[in-house]
Amino acid sequence: MTGIESPWIAVPVALLLVAGGLLTLVGALGLVRLRNFQARMHGASMGSTLGLGCLVVACVIVGSAMAHRLALHALLVTVFVVITSPATATLLMRASLYRGRARSASADPEVIER
Amino acid sequence: MSRAVPPVLAVVLVAMWLVLNDTMAPAQVVAAVVLAAALAWWGSKLRPLRPRLHRPWLAPALLATVFVDIVRSNIAVGRIILGLVRDRDIRSGLLEIPLDLTDPHGLAVLATIITSTPGTVWVGLSPDRRRLTLHVLDLRDEAAWIRTIKERYERPLIGIFEP
Repeated sequence: MTGIESPWIAVPVALLLVAGGLLTLVGALGLVRLRNFQARMHGASMGSTLGLGCLVVACVIVGSAMAHRLALHALLVTVFVVITSPATATLLMRASLYRGRARSASADPEVIER
Repeated sequence: MSRAVPPVLAVVLVAMWLVLNDTMAPAQVVAAVVLAAALAWWGSKLRPLRPRLHRPWLAPALLATVFVDIVRSNIAVGRIILGLVRDRDIRSGLLEIPLDLTDPHGLAVLATIITSTPGTVWVGLSPDRRRLTLHVLDLRDEAAWIRTIKERYERPLIGIFEP
């Protein structure tokens, strides 16, 4: 009855969930692998862009299949993240740079991965 | 003129309310219109500066460009994190870009685009708003980054927001 057993729904949804999960996992791995705070911020943003995007599209497909009509409200998650996350990212980046400057560290390019 | 309800903001709020409640019931539509008109009107008092969209039809192409770039830069950042880039050192640091865009709403959209693309984060503008500072994860080719930002994002934004 629900319509999500159909392979035309289940397979793309499964692929999107795995892809979104892997992207977020790799981004999280960046928090361990990259060597300074500013570089680690780029890893975190993988989860909040394409990783989140994959999960939201999977959510829209499942929601629409179960309701037998277009259910778009999950897309609003993307809208809210897009309008809020740049503010925090910029604030964190600036805070870390000011702290670095206070410690008289240079802002020159730094090797973060060999 | 400034007392009128901002039409684009009101329409976006109506759409957002209806999508959020996942309904097209008449009562909800009425509630959406009333709320959106009131919020848009109050909102315009908080921020009297209105964006002027001169060429809004350029926006879909820009959106498509940004989508492609988000996918590509996710892959690029993922490769760096997983250590798949072995032939060179990855240097990360700040990059300054001279700007031609001056519209504050255009700059806000540019900041959102740059920060939403993994690998680049918006750090800030110089006090005269003529130079933009970014933090870039992979500073291999500074000229290529400057070209990407200016041609792929800044030029369409100037088209959309400036006469």
